[in-house]
Amino acid sequence: MATTHPPTPATEPEQPWHTPAHERRGTRKVRVTTSAALVATAVAAVLLVPLLFPLDQQAIDLTSRLLPPSWDHPFGTDDVGRDLLLRSVYGLRVSLTVGIVAALVAAALGLAVGCVAGAAGGRTDRLLMRLVDTFAAVPHLLMGIFIVAMFRPGVWPVVVSVGLTHWVSTARIVRAEVLSLRTRPYIDAAISGGAGRRRVVLRHLMPAVLPQAGLAAVLMVPHALWHESALSFLGLGIPAHQASLGTMINAARGPLAAGDWWPTLFPGLFIIIPTLAIAGLAGAWRERINPRRRSELVL
Amino acid sequence: MLELTGITAGYDRGRPVVRDMSLAVADGEALGLLGPSGCGKSTLARVAALLHTPWAGSVRLAGETVTGHRFRAPRHQRTAIGVVFQQPRLAADPRLRLRDLIAEPARATGRGRELADRAAALADAAGLGAELLRRRPHEVSDGQLQRACLARALLLRPRLLICDEMTAMLDASTTAALVALVEDYRKEQGAALLAVGHDRVLLGRWCDSVREWDGDGNPAGAELLTQE
Repeated sequence: MATTHPPTPATEPEQPWHTPAHERRGTRKVRVTTSAALVATAVAAVLLVPLLFPLDQQAIDLTSRLLPPSWDHPFGTDDVGRDLLLRSVYGLRVSLTVGIVAALVAAALGLAVGCVAGAAGGRTDRLLMRLVDTFAAVPHLLMGIFIVAMFRPGVWPVVVSVGLTHWVSTARIVRAEVLSLRTRPYIDAAISGGAGRRRVVLRHLMPAVLPQAGLAAVLMVPHALWHESALSFLGLGIPAHQASLGTMINAARGPLAAGDWWPTLFPGLFIIIPTLAIAGLAGAWRERINPRRRSELVL
Repeated sequence: MLELTGITAGYDRGRPVVRDMSLAVADGEALGLLGPSGCGKSTLARVAALLHTPWAGSVRLAGETVTGHRFRAPRHQRTAIGVVFQQPRLAADPRLRLRDLIAEPARATGRGRELADRAAALADAAGLGAELLRRRPHEVSDGQLQRACLARALLLRPRLLICDEMTAMLDASTTAALVALVEDYRKEQGAALLAVGHDRVLLGRWCDSVREWDGDGNPAGAELLTQE
């Protein structure tokens, strides 16, 4: 006689809700290592290549126009016979510099405005935050174009334009952080010990929000780099003869229509790869200083 | 020394925590404020420490009327009062080493060099050795951190010390050490004390008189107990 068994208890592992922690950590390590290696390579290239291979920005060679990639010209040449590898590295140098300086300008401005608004409170806070809202309400590429158009083309107008349009988010983050810190008893203790507003902001509040502002700055670098390229592509940023990733892609539009892909592809990769690498590093840093967010992301 | 008259104060509009409360601490007197959690004694202590602006009522300090609280209070009024908070973890800037934490009020008032020896002596009296003074708040115990906070409060020689549940989180021996430190200071400087707490025995032994109120959140009905 066949005995009936109760249904066997589920012994097979349940479907995991999310990837186990050790595997996730593994992929994160790969991501961070790859990103760090790419950023290091890019920085080394933009620092060393100009020393070893000087570039005459205006020199052209019409006998070697639009050569496809080869051993002599690994990235090929553009429509006036300039080597694209060398120009891409020079372009990356401009874009990275603008990206980093603009991000620092934006973060510093955001830190200052956020600290003052958060610490002062009241009418000052409301006024500054309405200013932030106003800036946030205007599409920032449009405002960037407006600012750049007021100056002669060059590197600095781009830095100013990107810096002035990107401090808003940092200001909001910093203000929120300062608002939560200013009611802490240690601020009370400092006030009771005779500290004035300036000292409380500079010695107690600002150091506490500095990591957040630093992270915001790093996260801003790829974004600023894209803006530099966009402005240059539109012909508003870096002067057309000077190598910049945006100007190179702009100049490559004609050859691309004729089927010559390399003048677009390589500068394009030079925008995308460093951007992803920096964003990867910044993401890892954010997960590190903000573990709560990490667990939220996992769910 | 300190006179609070008709103080009404709170945090949310329309819901006062302290209602029409008056209180006076004479020079050199030790007054205890006793009551259950949430009855408003800490809020009153914050008003007395010039850290919270009351909705109504007046504060007089050493014969002068206080015209503003927090940053609006003149520095000499703020530094005439030393404050020790309940939770040393929250009352210490996490980035400062204990040495800098103790010296903080001196630096804030531009007297860092002048008071360096006093800071060292206070740290020594509080039982904080050179090794501990190099550590940051997260590297020391609550008791050690509270000793540093007390030393900080005493640095500028305040004429009134306000201890808001100073020993609520500490063990008996640390409590005894901190109370002894306060008493030594008061004997030396003739300073007044406003001690807030819910430990009836401790406040009864420590203070000249204890003011107690019940848990209905209405300090207006407070009674005055006087100890021998």
